[in-house]
Amino acid sequence: MSVGSTPGLVEVTEAHGEQTVIVEPSALLDAAAFLRDEEGFNFLSDITAVDYLGWGAAGVSGFIGTAAGRNLNDPMTQGYQAVPVAKPKRFAINYHLLSVSDRPRRLRLQVWVDDGEPVASVIPVWPTADWHEREAWDLMGVAIEGHPNLKRILLDDDWEGHPLRKDYPVGGEPVRFSGEE
Amino acid sequence: MSTIAPTRSRTPIYEGTRIPSPIPTVLRTPPDVQATGDVLTVNFGPNHPSTHGVLRLIVDLYGEDVTGLEAVIGYLHTGFEKTMEQKTWWKCITYPERIDYVSFQNNEYVFVAAVERLLELETPPKATWMRTLLCELNRIHSHLVWLGTSALELGAISMFWYAFREREQILDLFELVAGYRMHTRYFQVGGLAEDIPRGFFPECRKFTDWMPRAIDDYETLLTRNKIWLERTEGLGLLSAADAIALGQSGPVLRASGVDWDLRKQQPYLAYHQVDFDVPVFQEGDVYARYRVHMEEMRQSVRIVEQCLDRLERMEGEPWIADDRKVVLPPRHELHTSMESLIHHFKIVTEGFRVPEGEVYTAIESPRGELGCYVCSDGGAKPWRVKFRAPSYVALQATATCMTDALIADMIAIVGSLDTVMGEVDR
Repeated sequence: MSVGSTPGLVEVTEAHGEQTVIVEPSALLDAAAFLRDEEGFNFLSDITAVDYLGWGAAGVSGFIGTAAGRNLNDPMTQGYQAVPVAKPKRFAINYHLLSVSDRPRRLRLQVWVDDGEPVASVIPVWPTADWHEREAWDLMGVAIEGHPNLKRILLDDDWEGHPLRKDYPVGGEPVRFSGEE
Repeated sequence: MSTIAPTRSRTPIYEGTRIPSPIPTVLRTPPDVQATGDVLTVNFGPNHPSTHGVLRLIVDLYGEDVTGLEAVIGYLHTGFEKTMEQKTWWKCITYPERIDYVSFQNNEYVFVAAVERLLELETPPKATWMRTLLCELNRIHSHLVWLGTSALELGAISMFWYAFREREQILDLFELVAGYRMHTRYFQVGGLAEDIPRGFFPECRKFTDWMPRAIDDYETLLTRNKIWLERTEGLGLLSAADAIALGQSGPVLRASGVDWDLRKQQPYLAYHQVDFDVPVFQEGDVYARYRVHMEEMRQSVRIVEQCLDRLERMEGEPWIADDRKVVLPPRHELHTSMESLIHHFKIVTEGFRVPEGEVYTAIESPRGELGCYVCSDGGAKPWRVKFRAPSYVALQATATCMTDALIADMIAIVGSLDTVMGEVDR
């Protein structure tokens, strides 16, 4: 058996010495159980949700080059050396797995979803996912399905919006006692 | 001195799992206890003095028994991760240190290491060894703060003064190296910000000579102290299987009998070249966690001494990589070299660029697995930064550890998980 036979597999990639297994969101729970039971990834280190809204578009990180590199006929441009590779959907949810055993290995399990598309809770496989998933919901607005206690964790219960999203304004909060409120 | 632990019989770690279901982090009062009508719900915190910061615990009490518990966090949330997305890579280095304000060098290192992996940048040996040394000094510093405050909470006030006496010496060493006592920002992408100052090695030697004796002092005060034993033994039990399922790491995991230390299992920095032991205790209680902390401090002193042996022979070697796209050129070159001036200007105004990609780097911080996920789009600012904070995960074990606990034990148990709220809430 190897990670190549993970249920719902889309792709296995390797970069910087790290293996990434991308699976369909619908098969997430099966893939998680497979990786824990068959591959020995008994330890969930972390869940990281990433918002790729505006990825590779102008204005995020300065002006932009072309796909092949910078446009030499347009001097004084700054920004990307090359346009980054497009992403399949808006959000990536990364599950960083570890095998606590005699053969320590790491693996990144990745699913791609659009805004509002549900992701199954992996608490049945790794109980430590509880707070990580609440954080992903709280700060990034990932719709976790089947979580027994899905509520905000780091922000107030009545907070509006999900601050780590790229379309959440920076500096939108009034600063108290600044004389401008 | 480390073998002075008395022989005693212990209750064995429990059978099966104690993780509450369906919510792994919330302990619910059983319906039959609730039906007695004698259950009192008490709010602890967020400003209770013995919660290591702003932690709020909602506790159900039946007499003195804790029957239900829920941890509420977020009172120190400052949005570090969002802020870092707005800053250039090298300005970001100041932020991780403030996330866990007790183990700042380790936090600083994990971020720098992640960026270096994306850049595929090698650091010179002198920088690697100095980073190892500072990370270990910082581990001693962090454990001292833990020891002082946790003992203080259980009434051993004198421990606090002793632990902070040695902590002061470590902070003096940091000040000597970086000019700052905390949040030193001494690690730069590519190596160190400056060369190691003259006079550091003898001062550090004085400390490593003194520290083992100081640890002996602590152990004579606590390790066989009857009050300490009664307040810590057999409390806050966590089995190895439950600890792994709950993602516990660091001293908590090693006190539950799992021989797991990233410095050994997945070595980074110079850890594969130094000689040290990983203390493992089987009991899974508060006392075992205390023993792990004490033993780790001794091992850290050993590592620091070995680093000093190496570094003292590296006089005059470079302390930062020679990559002009990332590293600031030497100051004196700016007066004579146009190229250097351009590089300096570009890095300071615009910041350096990090190739597109994502990495997850994990190190063994004093509190366990500290991970840093970094994603770059090829620009001068991070696209996304995420920290896997060991304290955040450790707090998830509170409900499991608190099974069958008394209200007075709660303080000892929460303290033994060694959480720093700045890191929990980020």
